[in-house]
Amino acid sequence: MKAKQLEQLLSFIRKEFYHVFRDRKTLLMLFGLPIVQIILFGFALTNEVKHAHIAIVDDAKDETSMGITRRIDASKYFDIDRALNNKEQLEAAFREGKIKAALIFPPRAADALFHQHDMTVQIITDASELNTATTIDNYLTSIIGDYQQDMMATSSIPYRVVPRIRMLYNPQLKGEHTFIPGMMAMIMLLICVMMTAISIVREKELGTMEILLVSPFKPMMVIVSKFIPYLLISLFNVTSILLLSRFLLGLPVQGSIVLLYTESLLFVITGLSLGLLISIISKTQQTAMFASVMATMLPTMLLSGFIFPIENMPLPLQILSNIVPSKWFYIIVKSIMIKGLGFEHIWKETLILVGMTLVLMLVCRKNFKIRLE
Amino acid sequence: MRTIKFLLQKEFRQIFRDPAILRMILVAPMIQLIVLPMAADYEVKNIRIAVVDQDHSTYAHDLVESITSSGYFILADYNTNYKQSLTLVEDNEADLVLQIPPQFEQQLVRDQEAPVYMAVNAINGTKAIVGAAYMGRILMNFNNNIRSEWMHQPEFNPVPVISLTSSNWYNPLMSYKVFMVPGILVMLVTMIGSMMCALNIVREKEIGTIEQINVTPIGKVHFILGKLIPFWVLSMIVFTIGLTIARLVYGIVPLGNIGLLYGFLAVYLLAVLGLGLLISTFAATQQQAMSVSFFFIMIFNLMSGLFTPIESMPEWAQVIAHLNPVSYFIEVMRMVVLKGSGVSDIAYNLGIIALLALVFNTLAILNYRKNA
Repeated sequence: MKAKQLEQLLSFIRKEFYHVFRDRKTLLMLFGLPIVQIILFGFALTNEVKHAHIAIVDDAKDETSMGITRRIDASKYFDIDRALNNKEQLEAAFREGKIKAALIFPPRAADALFHQHDMTVQIITDASELNTATTIDNYLTSIIGDYQQDMMATSSIPYRVVPRIRMLYNPQLKGEHTFIPGMMAMIMLLICVMMTAISIVREKELGTMEILLVSPFKPMMVIVSKFIPYLLISLFNVTSILLLSRFLLGLPVQGSIVLLYTESLLFVITGLSLGLLISIISKTQQTAMFASVMATMLPTMLLSGFIFPIENMPLPLQILSNIVPSKWFYIIVKSIMIKGLGFEHIWKETLILVGMTLVLMLVCRKNFKIRLE
Repeated sequence: MRTIKFLLQKEFRQIFRDPAILRMILVAPMIQLIVLPMAADYEVKNIRIAVVDQDHSTYAHDLVESITSSGYFILADYNTNYKQSLTLVEDNEADLVLQIPPQFEQQLVRDQEAPVYMAVNAINGTKAIVGAAYMGRILMNFNNNIRSEWMHQPEFNPVPVISLTSSNWYNPLMSYKVFMVPGILVMLVTMIGSMMCALNIVREKEIGTIEQINVTPIGKVHFILGKLIPFWVLSMIVFTIGLTIARLVYGIVPLGNIGLLYGFLAVYLLAVLGLGLLISTFAATQQQAMSVSFFFIMIFNLMSGLFTPIESMPEWAQVIAHLNPVSYFIEVMRMVVLKGSGVSDIAYNLGIIALLALVFNTLAILNYRKNA
């Protein structure tokens, strides 16, 4: 009996594999798209601001204002738009989106600085693009701060506390360190949730599910056999993401690879259960797809901490973020991959994922039975 | 004309028949638009700091006091063991360790200079830079205070100071909601429009009804219009609901002309729906159509300039970002809604979108004929 069941299961898995692999286009998507995405996002996404266009309005054109302008020009962060040199032109340039910020020196800047010992430089930013505005403001502040420091250095300052800074985990402050673990969570969740949900609903929609359910084969086995191909595809994708991040982006796994794979496997199973749940509650592939998008893509982008810091969110959302599986997986991947930590630091997160998976599976089991009767 | 009318009747009926779909098209975006902007706050605040004080002197205390009272930092831990504080960073309970070494005060008095050591969790580079910058400012003030205390400076300040004032135009309160809501609305409209459209046609292929339509005297153009118009209308409705929510919940009232916004949207939807159409001509199953549209949507959303600035991308990525319809619409939304820009300001964006609409729809129609 047992052996027969196993044989049945294997033949079902073979059938599912055949379904998935039969179609070149689908296959290309499942394997190719994650790779393209990692390359694209690995290189393109960064919170750093580079080559921001700014205008400098300088009526003084004296030593100080020119000195500061030279420093700004020399930094990779800014491109100075030289066509703009009075306040009237600024507003039009902002409205057309040509510049992100403007720096305005007072007339007779050096005079103010050396005789009144105080000179005020005005920074105007386009806060309709708030991220960029804040970053630009910080950069400009620090460039001008450095200038002043150097200016004062000549008159040597006694009594000071000097900070010596060490950047942990990411000394070059690269964007990949936040984005790669986040992309991993997002891509894996998407493939698992959407593909399983759709593939099960498809059988419902085409009517083949009923045939499967009246067969002597246990319904749970039908589901398990649907899981297996996507599980393997996801693990393959983990591998390709890790290889790309190691060899293309120079971001090796600091901790245990075995641990990372085990955790990924767990996360894949969480995703598959969520996909199953969605397939149970939806009648058409369209519904299933929409439910998957709403349940995976946006919450992962916005509530997992991978783009926006969770601690900044209002309390209800901070609480809500706890039911987003990718939040926990993101912490796990970050800990293993970048911090190089072991299981003793991530057991809590692991336990939460295990708990979520069990709850999802229980809910599925209960609802799935009802449909059978 | 009559054909179109009947086709539209059929399409609308099909869409509205399934209450789940309707809920998703209309309710889900509303919820997302209300909830998600609250999550989207990049501002670096509440940096959790673990202080390792190995000096326990008056000045060390003063320094810690001025750090915690600055409002930027929250004291997460205060002890004397560096290793222990480092585990707090590992476990994500602290962002920054500040170590005040033994003999800190002595050194400051004797050598007129003393170091403090900072270890910053730099996985998030931006947060690390900003945190270090805040700390730098606090130390600078601290140094100034010591100096004025010890050197008995004359009231006249001999050190020239460059002070900075910042003004933030178009969003003076620097609200992340004002910045995010228009962008998220664009994302939602794009997703709903293009994906629904792509799936809908593929569904007819998958179920086989498309063949029935192909053998009827309905022309291709009619068929395609019959598919496009309902989603065009629905997307317009979603956008309107979104604008209403932006106004009621977030108090965002477009500064510019609303008609201009809808005019751009009308053309934009042609482009986005055209893309959906194009995808559906390539795909054989809904699963395929979905994964391809998903792929594009993800790229569109992440490379739209909403989350990270386009100028900072490498050049080849900027080229991709400039082929991305979402980036143009987000820019236009910000321009019209927040800056009150007029037609001439958005003319360039409108031109590009019209071009994209033309390209996508032409390709779709060409490719559709081939398949039929």
